[in-house]
Amino acid sequence: MSWVTTKRIFRAGFLDFWRNGFVSLASILVMTVTLFVVGTTLFAGVILGSTLSELRDKADVNVYFTTDAPEDQILTLQKTLQAMPEVTSVTYVSADDSLAAFRTRHQNDQLTLQALDELGDNPLGAVLTIKAKDIAQYDSIANFLKQQQALSTDGSASIIDKVNYFDEQHREALARLQSITDSGQRLGLIMIAVLILTTLAISFNTLRLAIYTSREEIHVMRLVGAGLFYIRAPFMVEGMLYGLVSGLITLLMFYPLTYWLGNATENFFGGTNVFQYYLAHFPMFFLIIVGTGVVLGSIASYLAVKRYLKI
Amino acid sequence: MIYYDRVSKIYADNSIALDGVSFSVEPGEFISIVGHSGAGKTTLVKMLLAEEKPSTGSVFFESINIHEVPLNRINHLRRKIGAVFQDFRLLPQKTAYENVAFAMEAAGRSEEEIRSDVPHVLELVDLGDKLNNFPGELSGGEQQRVAIARAIVNQPDVIVADEPTGNLDPVNTFEVIQILKKINDLGTTVILTTHNKGVIDALKKRVITMDRGKIIRDDREGMYIL
Ligand SMILES: Nc1ncnc2c1ncn2[C@@H]1O[C@H](COP(=O)(O)OP(=O)(O)OP(=O)(O)O)[C@@H](O)[C@H]1O
Ligand SMILES: [Mg+2]
Repeated sequence: MSWVTTKRIFRAGFLDFWRNGFVSLASILVMTVTLFVVGTTLFAGVILGSTLSELRDKADVNVYFTTDAPEDQILTLQKTLQAMPEVTSVTYVSADDSLAAFRTRHQNDQLTLQALDELGDNPLGAVLTIKAKDIAQYDSIANFLKQQQALSTDGSASIIDKVNYFDEQHREALARLQSITDSGQRLGLIMIAVLILTTLAISFNTLRLAIYTSREEIHVMRLVGAGLFYIRAPFMVEGMLYGLVSGLITLLMFYPLTYWLGNATENFFGGTNVFQYYLAHFPMFFLIIVGTGVVLGSIASYLAVKRYLKI
Repeated sequence: MIYYDRVSKIYADNSIALDGVSFSVEPGEFISIVGHSGAGKTTLVKMLLAEEKPSTGSVFFESINIHEVPLNRINHLRRKIGAVFQDFRLLPQKTAYENVAFAMEAAGRSEEEIRSDVPHVLELVDLGDKLNNFPGELSGGEQQRVAIARAIVNQPDVIVADEPTGNLDPVNTFEVIQILKKINDLGTTVILTTHNKGVIDALKKRVITMDRGKIIRDDREGMYIL
């Protein structure tokens, strides 16, 4: 394609964009809504993802040790567990710390504290809290602990008092948590897909209508000898312009919006400040939103013009 | 050069616009087609531009069957034919200048050619002072003259003019016919449809008379007989 032709195509595209002012405005409005939905979906994905991972983080398995378990054995077990690929963290709470935590938890419950004082000795053992990468992996970790327990019983007494994974209740809670996070993820993905597809379809249709108003012109251009590409290309330029302008408007709109939402959501969704996230990932947002707009605009125009070129 | 071979056209609503029309046009001829309204003149012209397909029969241009040319090549053929449409068909979003320039751009002509030729042809049809008017700002006759300027600007081999003087006053009519005659004298084939008896009788060129989709007369140096 020669330089002159390229220049003509872009000039025609810009001129049409400008002279079809009303149609351009309408197309840009609809496309802005589309891109806004795409952008909101991105944010929703981020928030949903961080909420789900935080929920998942709530899952753990506790290993309670007997009160006379020697600390060095517990720490050895902690090291062994930490070396397992499924495990993300193992926190150790000593018997004294357990007691202190128990006391603060029951500080308004004089009766319990009194009973505790009467016992004299610390009735609580040390605890290891294990967090796995995936909820499904607790099973194998628990089995490993069971083996450990069995191994040590034949020699001396086992240092492990109990593993709460073997409580029916705890296991059920874990399973429920997993099913909630899984279905949350699936539901999120479905809603995102439906929203994006719907708005894309609306955008496509708007551009089709915009080009429908030019069908007579396309017909005449053909009759005076214009080639298929030469007619189609300015419409694609016009579509890209719609996408570009809509994309920039959308990016601009997200600035005050995320700023406003930022503080509110930070507390609610634990940690993710959407405004900070937006600023930190601006190049990605720019690429996705403006890119979607430009690609959508040019493809939709290409397809819409196609049907009027059959002459 | 142009050959219609038993061309019939039946539109979707079963109206018969053309009924077995055969004739040929030699290079350099000036041929007028006359006939009552609805006789099929516009349909006949549309076949040449491949705007409509014949129901049966074929149309040849320089021994190419027009209706077998694929979409991505038909525009090359159309550039050899300058068309003036009964309903003008100017691009409403473009000025008079841009309308004429578009035909040249589409044909891949250079910017210099466009800058020199467009004002020249618009001057020729007496629109030198309306270059920057949009079609909506021009009278019917002025729009028709822009259409004529657009048809001749690429110096095509054939000019097909469907009622080019329908909206013109006698002075403008005379001028447009003079332009067509001059172009014809320079070797361009001209096909003209008209209802104007005065024009036909003054031309003293070949006249094809149509009635209800059929050719009923074909006279060298014909007169307007209906
Ligand atoms: N697109 C169409 N669909 C259906 N019928 C059509 C169509 N175009 C033309 N016709 C019919 O075909 C016949 C010939 O029409 P055409 O336009 O060729 O006549 P014409 O000789 O050019 O008339 P005029 O002198 O009024 O321009 C008419 O009866 C018309 O109603
Ligand atoms: Mg007609």
